[in-house]
Amino acid sequence: MSVLAGLCKKLFGRSLWVYHANSGGCNGCDIEVLDVLTPYYDAERFGIRLVASPRHADVMLCQGPAMRSTSKALRRAYEAMPAPKLVFAIGSCACGGGVWFDTYNVLGPVEKVVPVDFYIPGCPPRPEAIIYGVAVALGLVDPKVSPVEVRQLEYPFPRYHPEDLEGEPPLVVYRKMQTL
Amino acid sequence: MSLLSKVREAVICLQAGRVTLPYPAVPRPTPEGFRGRPIFDANRCIGCAGCANNCPAREILVVDVCQEIRILQYLGRRCTYCGRCAEVCPEKAITMSRDFETATPRIGDLRQRLELFMGACQRCGRCFPEPSPLEALKLKGYRFDDVASERWIFRAETFLPGFPPVEDIPIELD
Repeated sequence: MSVLAGLCKKLFGRSLWVYHANSGGCNGCDIEVLDVLTPYYDAERFGIRLVASPRHADVMLCQGPAMRSTSKALRRAYEAMPAPKLVFAIGSCACGGGVWFDTYNVLGPVEKVVPVDFYIPGCPPRPEAIIYGVAVALGLVDPKVSPVEVRQLEYPFPRYHPEDLEGEPPLVVYRKMQTL
Repeated sequence: MSLLSKVREAVICLQAGRVTLPYPAVPRPTPEGFRGRPIFDANRCIGCAGCANNCPAREILVVDVCQEIRILQYLGRRCTYCGRCAEVCPEKAITMSRDFETATPRIGDLRQRLELFMGACQRCGRCFPEPSPLEALKLKGYRFDDVASERWIFRAETFLPGFPPVEDIPIELD
């Protein structure tokens, strides 16, 4: 079974037919996606083709936040796609709701309506960033970002370092202060 | 005539040469002044939360877990890379990098979290006086942000344990 799956991935894994769904964005990401399809950033060398109907598509490119008026249509378009399907969230609206994430007509990111597989943040993302996201999905490159967590651990006060205190209560010496 | 036009068209197409960029194999430099994802420098940050108060997308959450430790969390989901946080930072702790290759299958990969030590007054034990009710109206509630569920909280009174601060809007689907 795994051999068959690997063979299928090798034979059919290359061409992603793309349905382009704008659920209320500002058209910035649409223009960048059209840039990707121009000969300069030739996306057809990855097998990517724009199709008109979600019934022909493998991938849905979501642009714009999930809005109160278009969330049902977005959900119907997602359910019309045949079963092995991917969803790309392109732009900060689709990834996190955009700058107007808390207005009355915006429900939030598109992952509130459809399950999202790949996120391409940016406002709008560069065409290179979209190609990079497609390359991540195809397994050509590895994602570069990872969560960062930094702590300021140098607490320069003696009360946070009781192990560095020496002596009895009348004369308590902070050892690090002596070395300074 | 039509054959001639075809030949002319072929000549024009051949003159253009190959324009496709070999992008994912060869890295492509960004233009001058390009703003990518912001990088937070914990060594320079003083925890003033000016970035949190100026972020248009409200992506930067600040919460004080105790008197000395302040957590500053950048979520990166709906960041528009406008650079206002880097502009307003007094210590230049935020730099807009040129990194645009941020596509990821997990949205949490974009998060940056700083735990800052806030020096307290040795006499009274506080960082600074509490804001008066009028000043608290102007602040966007940044001392009460809900870091655990990555929520931005409007008023401190709504932040009670076991009480969701902001209600999700239910989606009606057919």
